[in-house]
Amino acid sequence: MTTAISVTGLTKAFGRSRALDGLDLTVGTGQVHGFLGPNGAGKSTTLRVLLGLVRSDGGTVRVLGTDPWKDAVELHRRLAYVPGDVRLWPGMTAGEAIDLLGSLRGRTDRARRDELLERFDLDPTTRCRACSKGNRQKIALIAALACDVELYLLDEPTSGLDPLMEAVFQQVVAELNERDRTVLLSSHILSEVEALCEQVTIVRAGRAVRTGTVAELRALGRTDVTAHTTRPVQDLESVPGVHHVRTDGTRTSFAVERAHLNRVLGHLVAFGVHSLTSAPPSLEEVFLHHYDRNALPAPAPGTAPHPAGAR
Amino acid sequence: MNAPAARHLAGTVALARRDLRQDRAGLGAWALGLSGFTALVTTMSAAMTPRELLEETEFMAGSPGLRLTGLPLGASAGSYTMVRAYLTLAVLAAIMNIQVVVRNTRRSEEEGITELLTSCPVGRHAPAAAALLLALCSDLALTPLIALAMTAAGQPVAGSLTAAAAIISVGLVFAGLAAVTAQLAATARGALALAGSALALAVLACGLGNLAGRVRADGVRVDSAWPAWLSPLGWGQQTRPFDGENPWPLALSGACFLACTGAAALMLARRDLGSGLLSHRPGRSRAPRYLHGPLGLALRLHRGTIAGWAVATSAFGAVLGAAAEQIDDLSGSSLEWYTRLAGTQDVHAAFQSSMVQMAGMLVTVHTVQLLLRLRGEEASGHLENVLTAAVGRSRWVLGHLLVACASAAGLLVAFALTLGVVGGGGRGDATGWTAALLPACLAQLPSCLLVGAAVTALVALVPRRAAAVSWTGLPVLLLIGPLFGPDLGLPAAVRDLSPFTHLPQAPAAPIEAVPLLGLLAAGAVLTALALAALRRRDLLAAG
Repeated sequence: MTTAISVTGLTKAFGRSRALDGLDLTVGTGQVHGFLGPNGAGKSTTLRVLLGLVRSDGGTVRVLGTDPWKDAVELHRRLAYVPGDVRLWPGMTAGEAIDLLGSLRGRTDRARRDELLERFDLDPTTRCRACSKGNRQKIALIAALACDVELYLLDEPTSGLDPLMEAVFQQVVAELNERDRTVLLSSHILSEVEALCEQVTIVRAGRAVRTGTVAELRALGRTDVTAHTTRPVQDLESVPGVHHVRTDGTRTSFAVERAHLNRVLGHLVAFGVHSLTSAPPSLEEVFLHHYDRNALPAPAPGTAPHPAGAR
Repeated sequence: MNAPAARHLAGTVALARRDLRQDRAGLGAWALGLSGFTALVTTMSAAMTPRELLEETEFMAGSPGLRLTGLPLGASAGSYTMVRAYLTLAVLAAIMNIQVVVRNTRRSEEEGITELLTSCPVGRHAPAAAALLLALCSDLALTPLIALAMTAAGQPVAGSLTAAAAIISVGLVFAGLAAVTAQLAATARGALALAGSALALAVLACGLGNLAGRVRADGVRVDSAWPAWLSPLGWGQQTRPFDGENPWPLALSGACFLACTGAAALMLARRDLGSGLLSHRPGRSRAPRYLHGPLGLALRLHRGTIAGWAVATSAFGAVLGAAAEQIDDLSGSSLEWYTRLAGTQDVHAAFQSSMVQMAGMLVTVHTVQLLLRLRGEEASGHLENVLTAAVGRSRWVLGHLLVACASAAGLLVAFALTLGVVGGGGRGDATGWTAALLPACLAQLPSCLLVGAAVTALVALVPRRAAAVSWTGLPVLLLIGPLFGPDLGLPAAVRDLSPFTHLPQAPAAPIEAVPLLGLLAAGAVLTALALAALRRRDLLAAG
């Protein structure tokens, strides 16, 4: 697999505040890559570095094989970007803004533009100043998606869209994926990330704290288990990897890390298991752990911070 | 008042009280500032000897350039106070009224307060009526305060009251105008900008009327030309405070206020809450052919400003052309002002040269305004749309520079044509005047471009302070330049710092290439510096 974006040890400070502190990010060509993190983690700054709008203080950055600071214009011919906060010229209509953005990128596909206008249900004659946040996002999305380029950088593109339009967006991104286009999707909507992304990078405080497939990340979470036993379960707290134990007579519920599941089951058997239900770990739990200041317990074997295959 | 109208106004007084509670601190500060400034200037004038007053007033009356800022009406301390302070006080009163009205109409509407209020048993017209009522009451309260500030410094009561009424009448007219612009624009910013442009036009018309006016035989009184009568500021001046008061022009101000109020009410009845008459109209579904790439974008962004300036410069040329009738009557210090500015004794050539220089400076203001948009685009976040597409930073800047150059040249040509046709036409020599004025006007372009390049460099080097530095720097360059520098008694070395000093005094004197090429070369160096600096810095995030 070739690499569309390769960032290592990226640092950037604005005055005294360190926005990026040794960030690593690798996105393979043809991949839809989720880029997640709490507000202020450095996602937008990373995107601005990838676009050559701001210069990195340290580290290496290659986007589509080029240095974005030096070859910004050449690079921009091959990518399309949707900013997180879309700001448009208030006096222009939506249609004018879409056409203008297309002409600035140097390519426009009229048929594709009209098709997207239809799918996103946007009236091209409204003035941008009268557009809601969602409609401004649609304008930027249509302008970007109407360009057939190698790489799409999308910064929280659906945060203002209604669920219907979000579904349209997911469909369009899925189509891009089928045509082997690369997408870096910064998002807060976990269902969207689960539906679209093969790989996910979580950033916090200017660093990538975890990279992996959605399945790998899910495996980092804890399984919720509820067991009914003949006799009340005892000493469960002493088993490593077990958390939040609640015992109510013969009914016991707890959370357990995946690596320790086997040993816990062995412990339970001694008390005569009647019934056992378990809920798989949710991505949300994993993200909340990473967004929060508390680190996760030791990573499960096999999930390196950076997948070897992506290099 | 009929019943439906009363229903639309229900709750006006209660709302006005609420507005007053909210704005009282601000209004108090305005009252203190305006009356304090009046007291200060009046006290300074009252401390001058009659001889000093006579000399100063003769000097003002004799200098058409200085008459842009005030209308001499006799050599009394009161009249001199008005010459010095009237323009400032009238503009401040207008700004106060514009702010009060826009804040309590369009701003509340934008913030959703109006929606909440009108969902209560409050008439549709009540919020606007309340804002106007508050402005009117503030003006009524402020008039005796300003008059008192003058009488306290020993000025006659009748003159002081007339002067205060003249100042406040300007404010009142702009309260009405702001009520209209608040209906036109959909945003408070837009409403303020429209009202501000109207104020700028009014200041210009009044100043030009005084500039083109005629000095009376006594040398201390000036009769304004007709453009002064187009402006609320002119109406105020024509009440002639401290010079045989004539209050009837105030009727014009009152009528204008009432007409604006009526117009605003009509507009308000015809629009939806939250919308403006000038926006929210649906537009084209596709970009027109010219809106393509960075140059097309620059053209689109500047076209409104350029159109406004084209009208203003053409009107400026036409008004001055019409005033050219009077140049044969020039005598004394007025004549001296023109001939010194132009460096010639030929009074026609002197008039033309001085007007050409003023046009050059005016167009420079336009260029600064256009190019500061570079920073505006960055600050608003619009630039990110351009630079994340396949457009380099230099190409973006050059697009704006090209539009600014072409627009400056176009405005100078428009000025030369209108002045030449109207002024020359009045003497049966339209072709001769135009042929002389066209190259003379275009020779002003290099200083305009140099200042434009400096603004671009500021945007590249100190983006956050570019506007402040530009708008402080330009008046300094104008002040130390040929229009005011000699009057201020500045040494040649200081005057040489202004690019305007190095422009030819055409058509009175021949156009020499060397200084113009020097200015152009300096402009090219600054542009190259700006481009290099811009390529090296981070794009600042919007905010």
